Amino acid sequence: MQTLALKSPGRNARAARVRLCDLDELPVGLGRAFVVAGRTVAVFRTRDGNVFATANACPHKAGPLADGMLVGHQVVCPMHAFRFTADSGECDQPNVCAVTTYLVEVEGTAVFLTLPAA
Amino acid sequence: MTTRQKLVVIGNGMAGARLVEDVLALDCDRFEVVMFGDEPYGNYNRILLSNVLNGTQDPKEIFLNPLAWYEENNVTLHAGKKVTRIDREQRVVYADGVEQPYDVLVLATGSKPFVPPVPGTTLHGVFVFRTLDDCRNIADYAKGKSNAVVIGGGLLGLEAAKGLMTHDLASVTVVEMAPWLMSVQLDEAGGKVLGQTIEKLGLKALTKTSTAEIQGHTHVTGVKFADGSTVPADIVVISAGIRPNIDLAKECGLACERAIVVDDQMRTSDGHVFGVGECVQHRGMVYGLVAPLWEQTKVLAEVLTGTAPEKVYTGSKIATKLKVMGVELASMGRIGDLKDTDEVVQYSEPARQVYWKAIVRDGKLSAACLLGDLGPADNLMELFKNDAPVPERRLEIFFTAGSAKKDVSLADLPDSHQICDCNGVSKGTICTAIKAGKCTVPSVGKATRAGTGCGSCKGLVKGLIEAVAGAVKADPSEGWYVPAVPMDKPTLVAEVRKRGLKSVSEVFRELGTGVDEKSKMGLASLLKSLWNDEYVDERDARYVNDRVHANIQKDGTFSVIPRMYGGVTSADDLIKIGVVAKKYDVPMVKVTGGQRIDLLGVKKDDLPKMWADLGMPSGYAYTKALRTVKTCVGSEFCRYGTNDSTALGIALEKRYQGFEFPAKVKLGVSGCPRNCAEATVKDVGVIATEGGEWEVSVGGAAGASVRKTDVLCRVKTQAEALTVIGRFLIYYRDNAKWLERTYDFVPRVGLDTIKRVILENATGLWEYFDREVEATIAAYRDPWLERERPVYAGQFEDAKTVALPMLS
Ligand SMILES: Cc1cc2nc3c(=O)[nH]c(=O)nc-3n(C[C@H](O)[C@H](O)[C@H](O)COP(=O)(O)OP(=O)(O)OC[C@H]3O[C@@H](n4cnc5c(N)ncnc54)[C@H](O)[C@@H]3O)c2cc1C
Ligand code: SF4
Ligand code: FES
Repeated sequence: MQTLALKSPGRNARAARVRLCDLDELPVGLGRAFVVAGRTVAVFRTRDGNVFATANACPHKAGPLADGMLVGHQVVCPMHAFRFTADSGECDQPNVCAVTTYLVEVEGTAVFLTLPAA
Repeated sequence: MTTRQKLVVIGNGMAGARLVEDVLALDCDRFEVVMFGDEPYGNYNRILLSNVLNGTQDPKEIFLNPLAWYEENNVTLHAGKKVTRIDREQRVVYADGVEQPYDVLVLATGSKPFVPPVPGTTLHGVFVFRTLDDCRNIADYAKGKSNAVVIGGGLLGLEAAKGLMTHDLASVTVVEMAPWLMSVQLDEAGGKVLGQTIEKLGLKALTKTSTAEIQGHTHVTGVKFADGSTVPADIVVISAGIRPNIDLAKECGLACERAIVVDDQMRTSDGHVFGVGECVQHRGMVYGLVAPLWEQTKVLAEVLTGTAPEKVYTGSKIATKLKVMGVELASMGRIGDLKDTDEVVQYSEPARQVYWKAIVRDGKLSAACLLGDLGPADNLMELFKNDAPVPERRLEIFFTAGSAKKDVSLADLPDSHQICDCNGVSKGTICTAIKAGKCTVPSVGKATRAGTGCGSCKGLVKGLIEAVAGAVKADPSEGWYVPAVPMDKPTLVAEVRKRGLKSVSEVFRELGTGVDEKSKMGLASLLKSLWNDEYVDERDARYVNDRVHANIQKDGTFSVIPRMYGGVTSADDLIKIGVVAKKYDVPMVKVTGGQRIDLLGVKKDDLPKMWADLGMPSGYAYTKALRTVKTCVGSEFCRYGTNDSTALGIALEKRYQGFEFPAKVKLGVSGCPRNCAEATVKDVGVIATEGGEWEVSVGGAAGASVRKTDVLCRVKTQAEALTVIGRFLIYYRDNAKWLERTYDFVPRVGLDTIKRVILENATGLWEYFDREVEATIAAYRDPWLERERPVYAGQFEDAKTVALPMLS
């Protein structure tokens, strides 16, 4: 089993890993929003079978990324069409910061999300 | 090469850098060039700073010459170094650790903003607007602030104010000492019109107001005026004029008045020292715009390189346009200098906030200002620039030769005609670049600089590209239906049919060169119209609005619009709408411009429940489809109505609801020529005539573009109207580019062609059109019925809550 490295080294909290849903609860080619431990996370399932997750609020003006469209492994924010790359969270526009990304894993038919320690 | 002369330029702004470019273009071996620039950058386009401030351009985009350019051209640039002393005896300039001898010295130090001597200008939050750093600092500081004050209501102050408005401030106030805004360019009446326009944009203007003090302890908190009144302010931008940078020149003893005095060859009182740009005074004039300095650098470069040693500069005619969005303003010459013998020609149309004024002196145009509508601007500019005699009938200054002639005349203009006034680029230069394969506005800009100044000539550049490249080589991607599939619409349709491609991902797989979301949406629309029932509907090719059948709003909520055919509803339905709005706590209930009731701010989870509770069909407020049919009261109730516009409107909406098009489509039907339904600015408009017929017209719009419809035909009955309109709609659906509204489509295809196809059956497609209408009606599924059975998991769910596991 895999956990993410702790983000704040000073604190000794643990990353949490949760079972999100079954794979077929994620629509192909689209995103879906989940609330986990108070955070809203957007989880995407690409047409080529990858699953990834980002914070659901666009760093630009908080657009709901789960409602965006996927273009390859990028999500396009539904508000002003800024694009964010799935794994790095990087934005294609200058001066817009990256969106937080989360680790998601598919085991069998189950989808797991790892939240770093708060 | 030790024989090369040393050319030293102080100032790396618009004039300094341009001079060096001009010199290198004429003779790249003559000089060893060294430049000093106070700012730590290469050279950028200062006039685009307003765009950087209002966020429409990235700082990166406004650089003219990046640092690499200097290296490539063997120009030594001391960026971020200020020259502090000139020794004219020894011919050496000094700057922070650098000692640079010269043979020829050019001063291009520009100017600095004038800061009025009032208390408080050094507080945090008080800015001037001149450099890239100023822009950045203003933008950073404006975050989270609510009240801004701009001191100075001139050209620049207004641009600053408009720029600040894009930073989510609650209020932006412009303070002007003169009795009206832009007092240099406008007369009183013009200033008033501008004031009204500005206020419509949400800016406040205080004229006849002079600033006494900027208040605050460490940070600015307010501005106090001479009459004792105050306004709160958390950020202040001072734009009260400019002063030429002449300290350096004065200290080394060069002749200076208001600015550094130069002769017709840009020479100062020292034969080895020259000056260009805002820091110089030539024949008594100091210019604050770029066009004159392009003329100056050109002459100076020819003089310095010996290419045309006798060349002289005799002064410039100044003309400007205000760049900020939402204000149409052009000015030329000095409107305020009026002689007794001058003729003043004026036209005003207060309802549209249009105000035109021209001053004719000795039969020539000596000054003019145009506000609200720049139709005649190009024509006036011609007269002004060329000192041409104005028409005998003075009225024709504004009227005949104006906009109607413009399209035709572009081709007829002489090659010497100047297209880009900021950069002095002629039609001939642009056409040469186009013929050399530069077929987009940016690539022409790169090659010639045309359109890279204030940008107002981009339309003309585009026109030239169309005129010239049509015969040469057009940018192929312009004809593609969507960017990710390199085919025009007919080819794409043929391929899709031949290969039987029924889903968006199939098209991408077989024909695509990449993927983007706009192509997905465009293809989805096309395939749906081609295959009707057989179309394989992939939900990830739809934009969120089309996935949840409601329009996403800025906070991520949605809106519900019960359909009201032709704008007609009933008491029962209104009650039901009210009850539902209450039950779901709808934050705003709004009547829209399309005669419907919009329930705004609905949570995604509530959408299906609300549709069900309403039990009415819903209306499209989002998809590229038939949106609304606006109607007037018509003969049913109106005492003027000659025909039943409401009934026709309802019939049209019932028949064509759910039809998808390359762009949204709006219809309007009026019951008499008074046209209360504003049918002449719709994609299809119908107006009842006195004789009881219907006049059908197409291609209008009243959105970002305004266009009056072109009349297609007259028909006698409602049924005929339905048929003709159906044929037109299918023809448009099949032939328009993705996102091309009818107001672009109709003029592109040409009204004559449309008439031949729709009215005379020239292509023999009538039967096909009528069949398509029926097939599309038959294929229509009410999308709101998905409320019963979502098509994919989570379709109408806001966010699913997942419980955390117990921590071990
Ligand atoms: C926001 C804004 C919008 C504008 N919009 C328009 C417009 O739409 N149309 C138009 O025609 N004009 C416009 N202008 C005016 C136009 O930008 C100026 O007329 C033009 O930039 C003047 O060019 P210049 O080279 O003389 O001065 P600048 O471009 O100011 O260049 C002077 C340079 O010299 C440097 N310098 C000064 N002293 C020293 C020294 N001692 N040592 C080293 N370096 C030094 C300065 O740092 C500066 O970089 C605008 C100006 C601003 C600020
Ligand atoms: S357009 Fe004519 S019929 Fe319709 S409401 Fe106006 S006046 Fe009456
Ligand atoms: S909110 Fe995401 S792009 Fe603007």
